[in-house]
Amino acid sequence: MSTFWVGVIGSSFALFVLRYLGYLVPEKYLTNPRMLRINTLIPIALLSALVGVQTLTEKGKWVIDQRFAGVFVALIALRLKAPYFVVVISAAATSAAIYRFK
Amino acid sequence: MNPPPLIGYLGHNNRVSKVNRATAMQSLSVSFAVGLYGIAFGAAGITAGFSILQTCLLSLLTFSGASQFAVVGVIGAGGTAVSGIATASLLGIRNTLYGLRMAPLLQVRGVKKILAAQITIDESTGVAIGQEDLGPEAMKQGFWFTGIGVYVLWNFFTLLGALGAQAMGNPSAWGLDAAVPAAFLGLVWPRLLGKFERTLAITSVLLAIALSPFIPAGLPIILTAGLAVIFGWNVRP
Repeated sequence: MSTFWVGVIGSSFALFVLRYLGYLVPEKYLTNPRMLRINTLIPIALLSALVGVQTLTEKGKWVIDQRFAGVFVALIALRLKAPYFVVVISAAATSAAIYRFK
Repeated sequence: MNPPPLIGYLGHNNRVSKVNRATAMQSLSVSFAVGLYGIAFGAAGITAGFSILQTCLLSLLTFSGASQFAVVGVIGAGGTAVSGIATASLLGIRNTLYGLRMAPLLQVRGVKKILAAQITIDESTGVAIGQEDLGPEAMKQGFWFTGIGVYVLWNFFTLLGALGAQAMGNPSAWGLDAAVPAAFLGLVWPRLLGKFERTLAITSVLLAIALSPFIPAGLPIILTAGLAVIFGWNVRP
């Protein structure tokens, strides 16, 4: 079975187990303040890392290309409080333009 | 001012709960706003090399935006299935906590428990908690309406995004290679509330990029969860 299929099935299974667990376990077990605090920080760390890796690396090498420009424009759009789709589309448009004319 | 009209009220059977219009409207608008992101995910899946079927199955079964983006991001970058699943799971732990919060409210059993678990996400939990002033009945409705609404629309727009990306061909020519990290950035942005969170975000970016050439794809991302543990261990400064 390909990596893609294992990823699809494995993550689906993992997510369902995680969710169902919430309906099985009594509330007191998973709600100490440290656990809650770390849990709100985990998405920040992982998502930021994904942004970095997908913007500045390619196949394990450091690369600066059109993606960096696109994400930089997205960052500006976010600072200007643009809606989500404007953020994504402005990044795509910037990157595509540089890709075509470089 | 007139009292809000009650839709969905079924005649004589007064055991059928009345639908709170404000709750229904909020659920609907959240469902649309979030469902639309499905386009970005559909495109991301195809860009990362997943098939249309695989991309749609992720939305149908995994059904958790950040986790889905993580799986396609990690595996698309050449990471192993295990790193992809591990990253998705770390991002999915919060759904367990939402379940803990929703279980006493929903009081579900059997098949309904399975359905409730499947639609336990940021938005259904958020809207439910947002109805606290209107009472437990409105909270339950908020959960179910939003969960089902996001589920239907997220899957519809995933298919649309996947078909669109497939039709476009070369992802770089359309800027999809930058749209995917931009989509992640849009997800993390609202969480960067203060200097503490921003420091964690920047440290994570730097660590993951720095490690990328030296360890297998996917691992640099998972390792940043360790930073979250270190940052969160002690009480916030």
